[in-house]
Amino acid sequence: MAFTLTVNGQSKTVDVPGDMPLLWVLRDVLNLKGTKFGCGIGQCGACTVHVGGRAQRSCQTMMSTLANNAKITTIEGLSPDATHPLQLAWEEVDVPQCGYCQAGQIMSAAALLASNPKPDDAAINQAMNGNLCRCGTYLRIRQAIKRAAAMPARTTQTASVAQK
Amino acid sequence: MTTMNLSRRAFLRTSVMAGGGVMVALHFEGVADVLAQGFGAPAAISAVAFIKFMPNGDVTILAKNPETGQGMRNALPMIIADELDVDWKSVTIEQAILDPKLGPQMSAGSTATPTNWNPMRQVGAAVRQMLITAAAQQWSVPASELTTASGRVMHASSKRSAAYGELAPKLTTMTPPDLASVPLKDPKDYKIIGTNQKGWDVKDVVRGNPIFSIDHVIPGTLFAVYEKCPVYGGRVKSANVDEIKAMPGVKHVIVVDDPKLWTVAQGPSAGGQDLTGVLGGVGVIADSWWQAESARRKLKVVWDEGPTASQSSEGFAKRALELSTQKPETNLRTDGNVDQAFAAPGAKVVEAAYSYPFIPHAPLEPMNAMAHFNNGKLEVWVPSQLPAQGQGQAARVLGLQASDITVHIMKVGGGFGRRLINDYFMEAAYLATQVPGTPIKVLWTREDDMRHDFYRPGGFHFLKAAVDGGGRLTAWKNHFITYGAMTGNAYANSASIQGDQFPGRFVPNFDFGDTKMPLGVPTGAMRAPGSNAFSFVFQSFIDELAYAAGKDPVQFRLDLLAQTPLAPAQRGADGFDAARMTAVVKQVAQRSGWGRKLPAGRGLGVAFQYSHRGYFAEVAEVSVDSQKRVTVHKTWVVGDIGSQIINPLHAENLAQGGAIEAMSHLMGMETTIKAGRAVESNYNVQPIMRLTQVPPEIDIFFLKTNNPPTGLGEPSLPPMIPAITNAIYAATKDRIRSLPLDNHGYKWA
Repeated sequence: MAFTLTVNGQSKTVDVPGDMPLLWVLRDVLNLKGTKFGCGIGQCGACTVHVGGRAQRSCQTMMSTLANNAKITTIEGLSPDATHPLQLAWEEVDVPQCGYCQAGQIMSAAALLASNPKPDDAAINQAMNGNLCRCGTYLRIRQAIKRAAAMPARTTQTASVAQK
Repeated sequence: MTTMNLSRRAFLRTSVMAGGGVMVALHFEGVADVLAQGFGAPAAISAVAFIKFMPNGDVTILAKNPETGQGMRNALPMIIADELDVDWKSVTIEQAILDPKLGPQMSAGSTATPTNWNPMRQVGAAVRQMLITAAAQQWSVPASELTTASGRVMHASSKRSAAYGELAPKLTTMTPPDLASVPLKDPKDYKIIGTNQKGWDVKDVVRGNPIFSIDHVIPGTLFAVYEKCPVYGGRVKSANVDEIKAMPGVKHVIVVDDPKLWTVAQGPSAGGQDLTGVLGGVGVIADSWWQAESARRKLKVVWDEGPTASQSSEGFAKRALELSTQKPETNLRTDGNVDQAFAAPGAKVVEAAYSYPFIPHAPLEPMNAMAHFNNGKLEVWVPSQLPAQGQGQAARVLGLQASDITVHIMKVGGGFGRRLINDYFMEAAYLATQVPGTPIKVLWTREDDMRHDFYRPGGFHFLKAAVDGGGRLTAWKNHFITYGAMTGNAYANSASIQGDQFPGRFVPNFDFGDTKMPLGVPTGAMRAPGSNAFSFVFQSFIDELAYAAGKDPVQFRLDLLAQTPLAPAQRGADGFDAARMTAVVKQVAQRSGWGRKLPAGRGLGVAFQYSHRGYFAEVAEVSVDSQKRVTVHKTWVVGDIGSQIINPLHAENLAQGGAIEAMSHLMGMETTIKAGRAVESNYNVQPIMRLTQVPPEIDIFFLKTNNPPTGLGEPSLPPMIPAITNAIYAATKDRIRSLPLDNHGYKWA
């Protein structure tokens, strides 16, 4: 079946089965490897992308459930030059250990900041609790989100940069 | 190229590279220096560092080891760069492929720092000295008048200077200095060692660049899944191969029923059975991974499950209890006479049975490997912690020479010991040989991973101890029921223990033995192998004894550490230094405000562990509500890993991660074996700590001591488990004697 999506601002048409998860379309059809496979059941958050600006688990998003031209943002499209406040903050705080979960963490956090530019701990907890970090970098994840939220401007650009 | 003997065990090589750079390679044989520092007996390994000087002044340092998140791609080059006297920002780090010339390339046992600390400093210092000599010759000035900084040699009085890159071509004609005599920097002059340096690839991570093994494919690759018998060691009787072959995108369906692919003795990590190779099963190879996995879901395999099908966690627990009343099969250490001490007047005797389950590693990047077999040569891209072992195993099983197998060391999305085993490597390699000329990428599902791990072995400890009227620990007896091979007398992998393990040597009457139960479930090392399990047991039981003695748990431990240690047993001498442990216990007590008054339902717990040459003492502040909901308010970690913390920024992260992983082990991780197979198969039933469950603060403090630096991958983990269960006792008087905690009705608040 043919599906047309707007991925990181570009229109893409793919011919794939309707029950194929968006995750595998992104990784293996569109060659966007930043979105990660971790569990396949929506439990780890490594595959988090934005669909219409909202954080969603791409492993649980079947192609047939997506609207025509659905706007998808992946970590590669979060900013054109890796200057999204979260990307800058992740680097400043030096969040990663192995790094495998971090794209999903950043995408969950980006959706949070887009709707709530100054989140308190409770809001961070709610937005981030679906993202596992097996290495245990959680204290730095929280710190980086707060640092990004404190940066001037730009925090609401989440999906708009890629979809301009 | 010049090759010069520097000493009995090391030599430098210099050569001109294509493009005009100069490469300096240092080869080491063995780790004599490490032995001399008293680290026990490491395997005969060698370490090699490559430095490449580019004409533009940049320096490339080869990272030989796999990077699993432990930070070695930064740390080892940092050591070289400091002694070499270059600016860290001018250094490019390059991952090496697997190459016998480079010596061991592994991520295992917190060994990278202790085995490389001296060699890496020496290579940096030796090359710096050679560059000075080159400049002295060029300018006809005494070498003693020359200084270095930021990758340049300088002569102050004549105001001359030259970049290392300009001088480097001269190195190829020079005689390298004797490593042992090369002066090393005074630590106070370090400019890179001990400074905060960000991850070498943090920019790639935040951009989502395809840097992980799972991301790597080459044109023409086909994708594979591999279905194995859910019962360990089971074999294929029949499968609906024709039906699967007709599924969309499916190119090959390969049935494996050849015991020689999986029963070749592998050395380490065999578990109770040697299942480190290509197990009986069905490989499905398709145009895309999703097609392969979709087809595999229609697969109907009839299995011959074999003898392991009769094994279960419940059965092991019952059998352990039966065995506990018998004499141990093997004596591990005996001192004095425990029975006399138990019977002594005034002795207070405490008995307790402790246990812990099998647990999976579950690193977030699923197992994967890509292999390409072409004209008798095999090329493999793999996220292995022990790539050389995979190469050797593939060579033996597939009938190839190791030299015919090229192994690319890929960035690893978490290891924790799982990737010490190369079963995914073997699957990709074998399937590739069945489809010559086509690259095959094997990727496991999470269910494959959790059902086919090499689990941290469970265990049972039947303990009895006595304290005398003065509150002194006088006797300690333990019958450890563990696991062995299905046949023969070997321990299951990672299921043995050293007789000297603390409090061994510190109790006058001591009786420690073990008995093995045959196990068909594969087991293996997991982060802080051994101590990740028995630290909970021993540090909890010591806590029980402190209360029985009417003593403060910190003071009781300090008193125990103050005993004059008995001689180490012949096996298991581990170099434990009670004075170093005493210092970290005192420090963590001070930092945590040990002894302060807390409200009802809240408590402090303490534990310490000597693990992988590191001395760690930890405290947790915990409260428990009436619904048994546990909140960890704060934890304190004090570690002594020697004189230097090479990269404090990453060290803090790693030590916090160890403490957080301990909380995962503590609360919910458990692989239940039922009818010879793993019950839990994904994170929904195998809970890993989440953001909201982590304490808001994990205080990390490194007590620097005048000892050689040691590793940090493992040792922060073990004592956090008993620190928390001891805090739960302090808060509730409920003594936790088996893991995981959620089996006792507890959950995170």
